[in-house]
Amino acid sequence: MKPPVFEYHAPGSTDEALALLGEHAWEAKILAGGQSLVPAMNFRLASPAILIDINGVDELSGIETAADGSLRIGAMTRQNVVESSDQVRAAAPLLHKAMPWIAHPQIRARGTLGGSIAHADPAAELPAVMLALGAEFHARGPSGERAIPADEFFFGLLMTALAPDEMLTAISIPAQAPRSGTAFVEFARRHGDYALAGVAVTLTLGSDGTCESAALGLLSVSEAPMLAVQAASALVGTAVELSDAEGAAELAAGEIDPTGDLHASADYRRHLVRVLVRRAVVEARAGIEDRG
Amino acid sequence: MTDTPYFGRRVPRNEDATLLTGRAQFIDDVDLPDMLHVAFWRSDFAHARITGVDLSAVRARPDVVAAYVADDLGDIWGPGPLLVPPPPIEDIVFHERCQVPLARDRVLHAGEPVVAIVATSRYAAEDALEDVRVDLEPIDAVVDLHAALEQDAPVLHEGLDSNLAAHCVQQKGNYEEASANAELVLERRFHYDRGASAAIENRGVVANWDDSNGKLTIWDTTQAPIPIRNGLAGLYGLAERQVDVIAPFIGGGFGPKIMMFYPEEVVVPWIAMQLGRPVKWIEDRSENFYATTQERSQIHDAKVAFDADGRILGVHDVFLHDTGAYDPYGLTVAINAQCTLLGCYDVPAYYSEFTAVFTNRPIVTPVRGAGRQHGVFVMERMLDLAARELDIDRVEIRRRNYLAPDDFPHDHGLVYQDFSSLTYDSGNYAPALERAAEMIDFPAWRDGGREEAHAAGAHEGVGIVSYVEGTGIGPYEGARVSIDPSGEVHVATGVGTQGQGHYTTLAQIVADAVGADVARVHVVTGDTREFNWGTGTFASRGAVVAGHACHAAGMAVREKIVECAATHFGVDGESLELGAGKVTVAAEPDRSITLGDLASLANPLRGAVVPGTEPGLEATAYFGPARGATASGVHAMRDCCRPGDVRRADPRLRCGA
Ligand SMILES: Cc1cc2nc3c(=O)[nH]c(=O)nc-3n(C[C@H](O)[C@H](O)[C@H](O)COP(=O)(O)OP(=O)(O)OC[C@H]3O[C@@H](n4cnc5c(N)ncnc54)[C@H](O)[C@@H]3O)c2cc1C
Repeated sequence: MKPPVFEYHAPGSTDEALALLGEHAWEAKILAGGQSLVPAMNFRLASPAILIDINGVDELSGIETAADGSLRIGAMTRQNVVESSDQVRAAAPLLHKAMPWIAHPQIRARGTLGGSIAHADPAAELPAVMLALGAEFHARGPSGERAIPADEFFFGLLMTALAPDEMLTAISIPAQAPRSGTAFVEFARRHGDYALAGVAVTLTLGSDGTCESAALGLLSVSEAPMLAVQAASALVGTAVELSDAEGAAELAAGEIDPTGDLHASADYRRHLVRVLVRRAVVEARAGIEDRG
Repeated sequence: MTDTPYFGRRVPRNEDATLLTGRAQFIDDVDLPDMLHVAFWRSDFAHARITGVDLSAVRARPDVVAAYVADDLGDIWGPGPLLVPPPPIEDIVFHERCQVPLARDRVLHAGEPVVAIVATSRYAAEDALEDVRVDLEPIDAVVDLHAALEQDAPVLHEGLDSNLAAHCVQQKGNYEEASANAELVLERRFHYDRGASAAIENRGVVANWDDSNGKLTIWDTTQAPIPIRNGLAGLYGLAERQVDVIAPFIGGGFGPKIMMFYPEEVVVPWIAMQLGRPVKWIEDRSENFYATTQERSQIHDAKVAFDADGRILGVHDVFLHDTGAYDPYGLTVAINAQCTLLGCYDVPAYYSEFTAVFTNRPIVTPVRGAGRQHGVFVMERMLDLAARELDIDRVEIRRRNYLAPDDFPHDHGLVYQDFSSLTYDSGNYAPALERAAEMIDFPAWRDGGREEAHAAGAHEGVGIVSYVEGTGIGPYEGARVSIDPSGEVHVATGVGTQGQGHYTTLAQIVADAVGADVARVHVVTGDTREFNWGTGTFASRGAVVAGHACHAAGMAVREKIVECAATHFGVDGESLELGAGKVTVAAEPDRSITLGDLASLANPLRGAVVPGTEPGLEATAYFGPARGATASGVHAMRDCCRPGDVRRADPRLRCGA
């Protein structure tokens, strides 16, 4: 459980980090919180020749609230900082609710928001939450900066739209709309484990009290974090009664393509999605009422 | 002793300051100049034939100092010793097949080491692992206990015609007769699955050969430093005085660290002797999962016969015990399951038969319970099921079957793991049961509480079990207690310590015996340089057996203290009082002397030590119980699953904390 030899760089700015990345691209890896990368190196599943440690790049951390209420969170912002941020709680309650489900406090003290998104583990909470929030990711590379919507970012197992010479610098999250509600539910054998399945939901009601828009991000049920598109569109226009939630749950269970593994069979994951989607939709809907 | 200022009372722990300030020496803290590091190449196959090993690329690496396979080990290669021979039970069958330091022809479990690489750092040693070429021809792995015994199962060990490792029957009374008129006979199969104990600190061995003194020093995370010293000295052809084994602070033992001799324990000190340089191996967590011994897997087919009042007429239990790839620990785990099943109960007829089976899984040795809980599980489940069938409450059915307070000593007529007869020395079980039932308010749950909770949408469940545990077995432990002129009381014993708090508990015993302040009693455990005799920490015996030895040695020192002080003050021994680190003439409180000053007086620079006496305030004593002591207990729990609790959503998920 010791990593193979690597060269270590600790740039002090994003520009410096990008220059190093430009020089080494395929051979290099960004080191953020190290909570996924370092274990992978210790198990010799990953053996980057060069590590570019961005822990010293201060400009990459921090949470800003814009005039329109949206958030911009630096990629290096620690997960526990996001978890305890009042700005996040106010503008993106779904993100706030999901944070405690990620691993354990010790890991959230090191792990970063950007690291989890760039790592793109289909079982991770944050990618699914970002999908449900309609977040946008800011990437920088040799040809400048670009913004990538969350639903164009995740491709497959640990695969994203980032080019090898690009890095994630920040995440933008729109402020939660009025008359909307959210929920995050997952099931893991032990709290802190990667979930066997999980759901992040956002619901917005129109002036007539029916659902105007909905988004359901799913984790641990396919090669990549995904949106349950059919389930979400079926909710639109309904009053989001229990039967609507059940209908959405049924659709979601049909949209996924889970694989069985040591921890759960494909059938069991499908069953969980059915139960969890129903519960999450009911909870999100109830949340709107609570707010009046 | 009538008065115990420390024993049985709460005191700040002597070891905490050292532990909490990071000064405690754990194995990985041992850092010697010029030290080399070892990494083992382990098989990922559970069962395979080794057809070739090529280490040329490994040996060519600049930072690799040496690399060894089985054939390089010469005379030290061979099966390890059988630690516990089978007990003297009629018709017992036992096939001894012990582990080897490095696999030579076959690997029999995943994690079995084949190659040892020595390099300038652990990093470099692990880099070199990637250059090891071992040709393995996989063989079907034997993992299922029933399939393992079938005709067509691949056989693990040469010279055996099946995977049967042992067979043993013990019985008392006649089950068939006893159950003939039973009201109810329950029959069930119980599966107990594998488990690995994951101590916070994994295993490790550091060794140093000092050529000028002909001395081998080994730091080892073992629970039994003295037997390790004795065994390794024999293996390497050294005198015992040439080998020191130090078990420093250890981050948890739980049984696997009592196993001897792990391949790494044999190979690492040998490498240090070969190379004349200190060598270190620290087990990492992934190695720990398959290179350290494990426990648990058994399958019981049990029958219990009851009369209409729920009284047990007889128990019939036939089980398979998974011993893993080798059986160096003999039958301890299986015998414990067999002998603990009867628990607190008066069972007139018992038939118990087990078959131990070799499988391609890590070696089985005692882990946390050492087989006892398997037996308890069978019996307690059966009582719960019978309670339901006969409509008796679960507390009541236990009470009805308890041995009565005047049934002791109770000899079951079975042979226990320590080879003595399974005899309960004492017991009074009902009060603990009643107290436990009261603590969870069992009557309220039974009389409507459960239905009430259910009506409110919650599922409330109760678990209640009782057990008897044989502890404090022999053969013996010893201790030396001495008083230093500084006033410090020094205690040395041979057992190892893995977090049990011996530095405090043994100190409490000795502090009371010699009248010292407990904080000034310094305890050394698990260091063969300090104490030469002993067995080890296992089977809940450390505090019981070493504690008795400490008490005996402490009392012998007390006698010397009294004699020396009586002479000093010119008074009668009986007129003296001991306490708070000094001896006082009871009637004249201003006439006192500290233990330290007394220790100096007892070791005079001039004048003779009277023949028949010894200098100093020091004594050594031993304690060896004829048989283990009997402990008992009751566990009770009431828990509920509330609505919205995810666990409630799926009945297949177990609820409870
Ligand atoms: C015991 C344990 C349990 C865990 N349980 C969970 C869990 O339940 N749920 C969960 O979601 N996660 C879990 N994690 C993972 C944890 O949340 C990680 O912190 C997270 O996935 C990665 O974040 P990091 O900052 O540590 O990234 P790192 O490990 O440093 O990097 C991860 C990957 O992302 C790349 N990367 C990082 N930052 C950037 C960037 N700015 N631009 C481009 N690429 C970048 C790295 O090069 C690397 O490939 C667990 C981890 C551990 C050790």
